[in-house]
Amino acid sequence: MDAQAIIDSLSPLVPGASFEAAPSVDFATVYVPVEHVVATCQALRDSLHFEVLAEITCADYLPRTPRYEVVYHLLSVSKRLRLRLKVRVTADGTVPTVQGVYPGAGWLEREVWDMFGIVFDGHPDLRRLLMPEDWEGHPQRKDYPVQIQKAAQTYAPLEVSQEQFQANLERDRVKRTH
Amino acid sequence: MAQADHTHGLDHELPILTSTVEKVVQWARQSAIWPAQFGLACCAIEMMAMVASRYDVARFGAEVFRGSPRQSDLMIVAGRLSRKMAPAMRRVYDQMPEPKWVISMGACASVGGVFDNYAIVQGVDQVVPVDVFVPGCPPRPESLIYGIVQLQQKIARSRM
Amino acid sequence: MDGWLGVVIMTVFGVGFAGLMIGLSLLLGPKNPTPEKLAPYECGMPAVGNARERHSVKFYLVAMIFLLFDIEVAFLYPYAMAMRDLGWSGYIQLLTFFLVLLVGFVYVWRKGVLDWGPVARQRPAAKTQRAA
Repeated sequence: MDAQAIIDSLSPLVPGASFEAAPSVDFATVYVPVEHVVATCQALRDSLHFEVLAEITCADYLPRTPRYEVVYHLLSVSKRLRLRLKVRVTADGTVPTVQGVYPGAGWLEREVWDMFGIVFDGHPDLRRLLMPEDWEGHPQRKDYPVQIQKAAQTYAPLEVSQEQFQANLERDRVKRTH
Repeated sequence: MAQADHTHGLDHELPILTSTVEKVVQWARQSAIWPAQFGLACCAIEMMAMVASRYDVARFGAEVFRGSPRQSDLMIVAGRLSRKMAPAMRRVYDQMPEPKWVISMGACASVGGVFDNYAIVQGVDQVVPVDVFVPGCPPRPESLIYGIVQLQQKIARSRM
Repeated sequence: MDGWLGVVIMTVFGVGFAGLMIGLSLLLGPKNPTPEKLAPYECGMPAVGNARERHSVKFYLVAMIFLLFDIEVAFLYPYAMAMRDLGWSGYIQLLTFFLVLLVGFVYVWRKGVLDWGPVARQRPAAKTQRAA
């Protein structure tokens, strides 16, 4: 199915959303507005049989606004189709989490938060995945230096109580006030 | 028929070999180095190839790769060490009983390799003391075996 | 007494060799305890909480039941050696012993001690209740 066919099947399912077909060489790519991401994913999973969320990643187009594009790769095993959704996000913008639709999105969104700093609204456990918990900065942004001269941290506490462990998790999570 | 030669070519009758405790202990330590499983990345594949039948490091004494650091003598750091892994690796090294040695296998473990960035520690000797560096990306199994042989010679030279 | 000499020699050599190895390690080995070395091994991560957790009671039950029936089977061996001398009366006595323990086995079985899965076997009374 090409992008336009997907948009034609999606438009009645997600009213009010303005989809765009994006140019791509491998499989269909659709631009989705930020506020309709969850509804689109729900429609794609339930009605169009895209059962699998394969990847969530992001691209940083620094001088451009909106700065980021969060990219979702969906896979339909029954229909043997792949689909790419692109969501344009501004520098301070947030994206609603699709973890309610695809439970595997939990860690994928954690990685995007860790590397790019994009907050996912409604994510229950948004903390760093690849970098150490107390790292400052989001490494894959375009204005982040590649080479870091920093000594490796080699100390970790010998033993942590259960309460301290939970408290550390709470401390490392990103909290959104709205 | 001449009598059998019981001296076996030695000067005295009894075939007894004497040595120092230090030499024997260091010989025992060098001949049975048991590595701990610490394959981090692609170099671990070459380490597995070294353990497999064609290159067979068990010939050199590394009979089993222990799963626990408590039962191992050698930590072969095979692969990239990321910043998040550094405290864990230091803890695993601390939990090995003495005598212990470290081989830094590959370019990433020795100097950070091709990854000069925010995530990779530029050389594991920032975290643990290293005895032998084995260059390569990845080093061939023969290179790693050569590194282990060099370590055995280092152990033979060292004091108890 | 001649038959025991071999066993004694084997025991002396076995215990002696093991003792020699451990003793040599104690003598010649380096001793360097540090807090990090003595900490519990948790694959490099800090250990969370106490290791003394509650375990399911079925492990204890299976161990107890195994012990009892293993001893019961262990009684069979000397009986097998002396079976001809004991004759029919010995056979009847052994059979009584086994029957007593068989009653206990049936009790253990019906009580559900041998059910290892998370859901116990449904009893017939419960089945008819569900069907109703």
